[in-house]
Amino acid sequence: MSPLLDVRNLRVSFPTPQGRAEVVKGLSFTLGRERLGIVGESGSGKSMTGRAILRLIRTPGRQEADRLAFDGIDLTTLSERRMRDLRGARISMIMQDPKFSLNPVMTVGAQIAEALLTHETLARRDVQARVIEMLHAVRINDPERVTGLYPHEVSGGMGQRIMIAMMLIPQPDLLIADEPTSALDVSVQAQVLDLIDELVRDKGMGLILISHDLQLVARYCDRILVMHAGQVVESCAAADLHKARHPYTRGLLAAVPRMEETRDELPVLDRSAWSGT
Amino acid sequence: MTTARHWLLDESPASRLQANLGHAYRMALQLARNPLAMVGAFILLLLILAALFAPWIAPYSPLGQNLEARLLPPSAQHWMGTDELGRDIFSRVIYGARITLTIVALVAVISAPLGLLIGAISGYFGGWTDKLLMGVTDVFLSMPKLILALAFVAALGPGIENAIIAIAITSWPAYARIARAETLTFRNSEFISATRLLGASHARIITRHVLPLCTSSMIVRVTLDMAGIILTAAGLGFLGLGAQPPLPEWGAMISRGRTFILDQWWVATMPGFAIIVVSLGFCFLGDGLRDVLDPKQGGKS
Amino acid sequence: MSAISLKNLDISYGPTKVVQGVDIEVAEGESFALVGESGSGKSTVLKAIAGLAPEWTGEISVLGQPRGHMVDHGFARRCQMVFQDPYASLHPRKTVDAVLSEPLQVQGIGNRGRRVVEMLAAVGLDTRFRFRFPHQLSGGQRQRVAIARALMLEPRVMLLDEPTSALDVSVQAEILNLLKRLRREQGLTYLLVTHNLPVVSFMCDRMAVMNKGRIVEIAPATALHDGSFQDPYTQSLYAASGGNPDRKDI
Repeated sequence: MSPLLDVRNLRVSFPTPQGRAEVVKGLSFTLGRERLGIVGESGSGKSMTGRAILRLIRTPGRQEADRLAFDGIDLTTLSERRMRDLRGARISMIMQDPKFSLNPVMTVGAQIAEALLTHETLARRDVQARVIEMLHAVRINDPERVTGLYPHEVSGGMGQRIMIAMMLIPQPDLLIADEPTSALDVSVQAQVLDLIDELVRDKGMGLILISHDLQLVARYCDRILVMHAGQVVESCAAADLHKARHPYTRGLLAAVPRMEETRDELPVLDRSAWSGT
Repeated sequence: MTTARHWLLDESPASRLQANLGHAYRMALQLARNPLAMVGAFILLLLILAALFAPWIAPYSPLGQNLEARLLPPSAQHWMGTDELGRDIFSRVIYGARITLTIVALVAVISAPLGLLIGAISGYFGGWTDKLLMGVTDVFLSMPKLILALAFVAALGPGIENAIIAIAITSWPAYARIARAETLTFRNSEFISATRLLGASHARIITRHVLPLCTSSMIVRVTLDMAGIILTAAGLGFLGLGAQPPLPEWGAMISRGRTFILDQWWVATMPGFAIIVVSLGFCFLGDGLRDVLDPKQGGKS
Repeated sequence: MSAISLKNLDISYGPTKVVQGVDIEVAEGESFALVGESGSGKSTVLKAIAGLAPEWTGEISVLGQPRGHMVDHGFARRCQMVFQDPYASLHPRKTVDAVLSEPLQVQGIGNRGRRVVEMLAAVGLDTRFRFRFPHQLSGGQRQRVAIARALMLEPRVMLLDEPTSALDVSVQAEILNLLKRLRREQGLTYLLVTHNLPVVSFMCDRMAVMNKGRIVEIAPATALHDGSFQDPYTQSLYAASGGNPDRKDI
């Protein structure tokens, strides 16, 4: 069986006064129906990778790849129209902050319905039923009431659950979640991630979870790519994270304060140790 | 040359002066990359040079009449022709640059700081101060600029000084509005709070922290408004309420030329052309400045 | 004498009360954490102490001196604050030098050049950075400047509002180390607001947990090692932060 997503030598670059700067430098990976975590600090190119898969890099940014294929479809040569059909319907993306991703002048129900109708034609009654069912699935109590609310009337956690509902209602095959919980409180964080996890497993989807938090990614993913300065420095199974070899990964792991902290000083990344350039 | 350049572009300047000069130099470089802005700057440079060196550039006296050479069309002797009293229009346009520049500079010097200060105070304090100051501002804004200026000139008496005062009085409210809006965006930001926590007075925060952040958008706005100011001044001159004859003010010159516009088109057209070119120059420069000083508003990158 | 003493503190924004009945005593030299989720009122308490949230009733005193409702001049020398967002807490058009000189100018302290250079060294910034603008600095460097600004007046009490939550993990470690070192060297008292329990474990001696405007529990930071909390809300927060040993290996 061919992999769900096949990325080979993906490059994303932006122009600067000093010439084009590459923010993703030759990234390659394949993804089956599994959960992949991409971890890195700001500027590592992890978010750009997520956007590049959906071909969402805006000019003057530029993306190139030897191969970028989703379920056997070559995304590099696909027309923009076909690409739009693919986005949402088969590949969905959850962004960081629901406040900026939801349309403030449309009710929640209307937005979820729109997400569904863009890719399917259904009778109005069926649409309403599917919306309610989806809101149930993301564990929103009283979904009938919530469909009539506007985005500013819901909390951050509920907003993100609504986003998830919107993204999952067309039943995509691949979900890309870019820092889906970093705008949320810890207690809500776990709920949202558990929910994503459950839905992804139930429907047998592929998941790419992009985050800066190693521990969190390790908990929710099968495989982990650690990115630094546009390159993958470590690729391992989530369970083997503690055996990570690259000094950058090890440095990141050590730099996080622990709950039962007894160290007097946190080890600081020695950037000269591994940045060869 | 290269050492000076290096010194200016140094990433770790060694003194306050170097840091500020370097900052200015980077902006100038950025501005220089915009061709239209450079065209605008060039036009304004010409205007300033013309005003400074008018006696040397102008071939004739701007006021000297020569009734034998009335209403001559443009020629080698009189590049822009002559008017109904035989005065050389080119010389008058050159001398007119002085008047235009004076009006523009004085209006900017009076109205921009006034508007800036009122807007910043209003936005910073909020509450009743804001309501009161913005109430006054709205009263001024609610009347058309030219009509209000006309009323002021009519009350103060015609003349170029009064025209300047009238235009300044009518143009500050727009700046106050902008400064207030700008102040509101960062009034509650952390760097203002941090400065308050240092024990700094309100006056210090407004002058040292709020005003510097409003000035860049203000410079842009004033530059873009210059065209309007020139047109208002010309309008007042045209109506006979601005500069008085025989001063070579462009608006007044058009007004005189109106009588002959069908037969001797150049009398009204030449000063009108000067007004258009200078207004365009200000607009181009203003647009370029906006991209440099106010990156968040400029559309293109 | 306690460094910070809050008695029966109620804080409101307009008609809504956001903090109710807060009592905290922070001893001199102690590092105390205020923990809670967004909307719990923890930052508001800090703002009230700093004088940025003037609508409060009750008692606030810092180093034995009760404070009024407004920002006051002398208070600045005893107590300073570091803000959450290093991108918003520095004036975009001022060089590092101008930012650090300002507290000295406001308070009429001389010998500014030397003090600025000394402070840059203390927070681990090279003098190369002295005349740079904030946009030429990274997030961690900016936060160092913000810490330096707060320390310029040699305060004894520091209010820290999520000082590392906007930073990358590796940079967070550097800033936390710096704060810890400065506290040791200068004998500072910290009141740290955060939602991150492991940071509390690293930085603090005691912690107060806030929920919906009230303090639900005050506990020693060592309680984080074994999760020995009394209050159910604290326990759930602890579990959600990955503190429950049973959950850890999922």
